[in-house]
Amino acid sequence: MKRKQWFILLAMMLSLTTVLGACSSGDKGDGKTYIPVISKGFQHQFWQAVKSGAEKAAKEFDVKITFEGPETESQVDKQIEMLQTALDKKPSAIAFAALDSKAALPLLEKAKSNNIPVIGFDSGVDSDIPVATAATDNVKAAALAADKMAEFIGGSGEVALVVHDQTSRTGIDRRDGFKNQIESKYPNIKIVDIQYGGGDQLKSTDLAKAIMQAHPNLKGFFGANEGSAIGVVNAVNELKKNGQITIIGYDSGKQQTDAVRSGTMAGAITQDPIGIGYWSVKAAVMAIKGEAVDKNIDTGFHWYDKNNIDSDEIKPLLYD
Amino acid sequence: MKGTTIVEKQPVQTHQKKATAGSGAKQKILAFASLIVLIVVFSLSSSNFFVFDNLVGIMLSTAVIGVLALGSTFVIITGGIDLSVGTVMTFSSVMAGVIINFWHVPLPLGVVGGILAGAICGLTSGLMVAKMKIPPFIATLAMMMITKGLSLVISGTKPIYFNDYPNFAKISMGKLIPGIPNAILIFLGLGVIASIILTKTLIGRYTFALGSNEEATRLSGVNTVRWKIVIYTMTGVFSGIAGILMASRLNSAQPALGSGYELDAIAAVVIGGTSLSGGAGSILGTVIGALIMSVLTNGLRILSVAPEWQTVIVGFVIILAVYADILRRRKR
Repeated sequence: MKRKQWFILLAMMLSLTTVLGACSSGDKGDGKTYIPVISKGFQHQFWQAVKSGAEKAAKEFDVKITFEGPETESQVDKQIEMLQTALDKKPSAIAFAALDSKAALPLLEKAKSNNIPVIGFDSGVDSDIPVATAATDNVKAAALAADKMAEFIGGSGEVALVVHDQTSRTGIDRRDGFKNQIESKYPNIKIVDIQYGGGDQLKSTDLAKAIMQAHPNLKGFFGANEGSAIGVVNAVNELKKNGQITIIGYDSGKQQTDAVRSGTMAGAITQDPIGIGYWSVKAAVMAIKGEAVDKNIDTGFHWYDKNNIDSDEIKPLLYD
Repeated sequence: MKGTTIVEKQPVQTHQKKATAGSGAKQKILAFASLIVLIVVFSLSSSNFFVFDNLVGIMLSTAVIGVLALGSTFVIITGGIDLSVGTVMTFSSVMAGVIINFWHVPLPLGVVGGILAGAICGLTSGLMVAKMKIPPFIATLAMMMITKGLSLVISGTKPIYFNDYPNFAKISMGKLIPGIPNAILIFLGLGVIASIILTKTLIGRYTFALGSNEEATRLSGVNTVRWKIVIYTMTGVFSGIAGILMASRLNSAQPALGSGYELDAIAAVVIGGTSLSGGAGSILGTVIGALIMSVLTNGLRILSVAPEWQTVIVGFVIILAVYADILRRRKR
């Protein structure tokens, strides 16, 4: 009996090492320029699109990249660990989308003193260290969403926001960009509630429903990221208020583009996730070669609705 | 074998009677009273709370966590814990998505397949706990990580949509009774089934016996290993059903969802008066506990309480509910 158990244990460990061996393809070895890309996540479709952009650039410039990020946008500590590990591998450059740029500062300084160029992406890093930053101006993008909202609801009425997070940079920028634009330009529009659903579709659905119950006269709803926007769409569908409430979303994903096509969602802001990923690696390559790089690479944002969703300008920016 | 089961029934049964009858009535009244108080307070504070649509909304938002909590009640009564219910739920929904969308298996079979995936996870946890003697906290923590990762691997980190299968959404959102989504009926129906299993069957009897005194139960001739495996498997089945309900409501399997749901489920169970040290608890209590959680979050949202404070308040309510239960037990 005892011996049998030891055998089982041994077999399990053996198979585990085999699996590990098969999984790790080795970080170095082929002598290529190595650029770790540390993002804010990897599970969401948005980050997968950023990743595909980064891979596109890696292929084009023949460099090796790794792409990793923490599970949620609040795991600042995990991201710092990833940055630390990446630095320890002595890369040629690093592309980094800081969850909390102040927390990362000591490591970024270490990178600088080791002459490893740092490229920021997705959101800015509050420091001079990054050679360049490839990002969407989220404040401006959310302000455009506010303008569109005002246009749809006729300049007056109650609106509410479902935001993914109240501590992350994108959460703050999109919330404030929308809020400040409404408050300064549209005095007759009242923001009656702002709630946070962590980007979780189920939670966002339930909380959007509660907001609609609390404010029966609600005319407009802004969902500040994919999960939040889909939650709002679900809530409006479940309460059968299609057509009565103007929904404006952010980013894409199949459910959101479907909602835009069917008219449930008036439209949404899309960033250029593939462009963000592409430029983060391209700028890194340029920095390694010593070429001049723009300090701020604005990857842009666009409004899309059912009229232009299939246009040549918008279609490549949307992901399923 | 049959003979021994009949003989051993006697001591075990009295054990269970003591546990349920003791903790049952009063705690249920207490929890039920808190639920009523909450509903009255919110109804008085906002005219938008006690409205049919909102009450249906509250029930609907209880369904997923509620079904997870039903399953968790069993393991918690045995004195164990299952930290994997949330991610097993996600894993089941992803498996249902794969089976239906990629293998093109008929819808009902795909649903059964998803639930079966949950059962297999539960079975594995049960084997780890009962056979390999790994503490439940550790075994199910590992299962939580494994299923979380596997959901992402299997789905390729992409959500799986059920758009080609319009009937799938009807599981949760169809309305057999006008105005009431099926998810609510399924949740309440499962509550009745779980209650019958816990109070009227051998599984229920041994659930209490394992939690009251595992050693005594084993010495009286009960195959504790087998019954533990059965109970963990059953919890997996409940997680699987929750996965189907969630995927059906969202019309998609979301591989990144589910972390943290286990804690909401455990909170609902504990508020309902089930003791984390095992041996006592009830399904009705769990249903009420889950309702308290969702009435509270819904009510606070309707009153537009700042979200950071909502979390603080829910935390305090858990302390209050559990402390009231401890005080009551001590008096006896």
